[in-house]
Amino acid sequence: MALAADPMAPIAARVARVRRELKDVWTIDIEVGSGGFPFAPGQFNMLYSFGVGEAAISISGDPARPNTLVHTVRAVGKVSGALTRLKPGEFVGLRGPFGAGWPIDVAVGSDVVLVAGGLGLAPLRPALYRLLATRENYGRIVLLCGARSPRDILFRIELERWRRRLDIDIEVTVDHAAPDWRGNVGVVTTLIGRAAFDRHHTVAMVCGPEIMMRFAASELVNAGVSDEAIYLSMERNMKCAIGHCGHCQFGGDFICKDGPVLTYRHLRDRLARSEI
Amino acid sequence: MMEGMEAIVREHRFFADLDDDFVKLIAGCARNVRFNAGDYLFRAGEPANEFYLLRHGRVALDIAVPGRGMITIETVSAGEIVGVSWLLPPYRWDHDTRAVELVRAIGMDAKCLRQKCDADHDVGYEMMLRFVPILVDRLRALRLQLLDVYGTHG
Repeated sequence: MALAADPMAPIAARVARVRRELKDVWTIDIEVGSGGFPFAPGQFNMLYSFGVGEAAISISGDPARPNTLVHTVRAVGKVSGALTRLKPGEFVGLRGPFGAGWPIDVAVGSDVVLVAGGLGLAPLRPALYRLLATRENYGRIVLLCGARSPRDILFRIELERWRRRLDIDIEVTVDHAAPDWRGNVGVVTTLIGRAAFDRHHTVAMVCGPEIMMRFAASELVNAGVSDEAIYLSMERNMKCAIGHCGHCQFGGDFICKDGPVLTYRHLRDRLARSEI
Repeated sequence: MMEGMEAIVREHRFFADLDDDFVKLIAGCARNVRFNAGDYLFRAGEPANEFYLLRHGRVALDIAVPGRGMITIETVSAGEIVGVSWLLPPYRWDHDTRAVELVRAIGMDAKCLRQKCDADHDVGYEMMLRFVPILVDRLRALRLQLLDVYGTHG
């Protein structure tokens, strides 16, 4: 699929499949044809529901399969709600891919710790696909996932499949559970201290609600990981996605253009400031 | 036998780097315990006479919530500590603690340890240095849990 020359002009793309992941979360597959739609793990697209509006949605699919573009969306507002109601065969407006992605190349030779909270596993999934596709380039790979309750665990079947591999450590925890749940209960940050990785040679990638990322980054620093080796995927109100409109400004950065993935060292002094 | 218990106590990360004399003193309050999946280590309202250093397995901390039944609020795994209510009066548990799977642990006689801490404040200070970070970590985790960050407002 040829991208529009103008990054502000969406192209019309056909929805191939929509499947429900959780009560309020859907994954949308979009056909992009034989030309593909190359993207880097961690990048996002602007999806336009015709007549409703446009929203920034992270790409959650496999970068090695660029012919189908996959997005996972939580229905929280008008636009995201309309996107989740799309039917196969209908069209969606598409602009992208935008932003700086996960530091896959920087992590070569290191242990990699991925910390996902809730829907945060969606933007991390392309990174995990890439890491596992080139598994020999990395040391230990650790995936720590947090969810609100057992029924809110995203990509559960895929997590179970990854867990069967012998070359990745996966721990899942939920904030609350009924006694029939046999897994971990507690916030995702509690998994960091229990995980085994070489703190001197670790790259951490963290995605989830911003407050969860703050706590997780702090815990990673406590565990000995350098703040410049901790990467967070920031979320702000993206509109133009090319750093012109200023809606996603976060201090001196435009999250759409300079991010969404930035180091904790770069972000840490701004994260706790409510006025930004 | 005691030498064996001293070795087991020393292996647990809670007592890492503890002086030999302290280990010997503390091991006098320790015993090996085992729980099968579903067994309760203790129940809410019971006297907090013994706390546990988990060596293997996972336990769930359950609280009965009227109208919702039992809710698991936290799990604790090998290498960690179960039970802090023994530290302060009235020395009673405020939740159930249940083995989720086979659990092997060091059971510490709380009254015995409190007496040793009272008698030798160096021991008490050493215990405080080890317990306070656990309490701070749990408080930090509880704050995040209270925020319910994965709700639609998250």
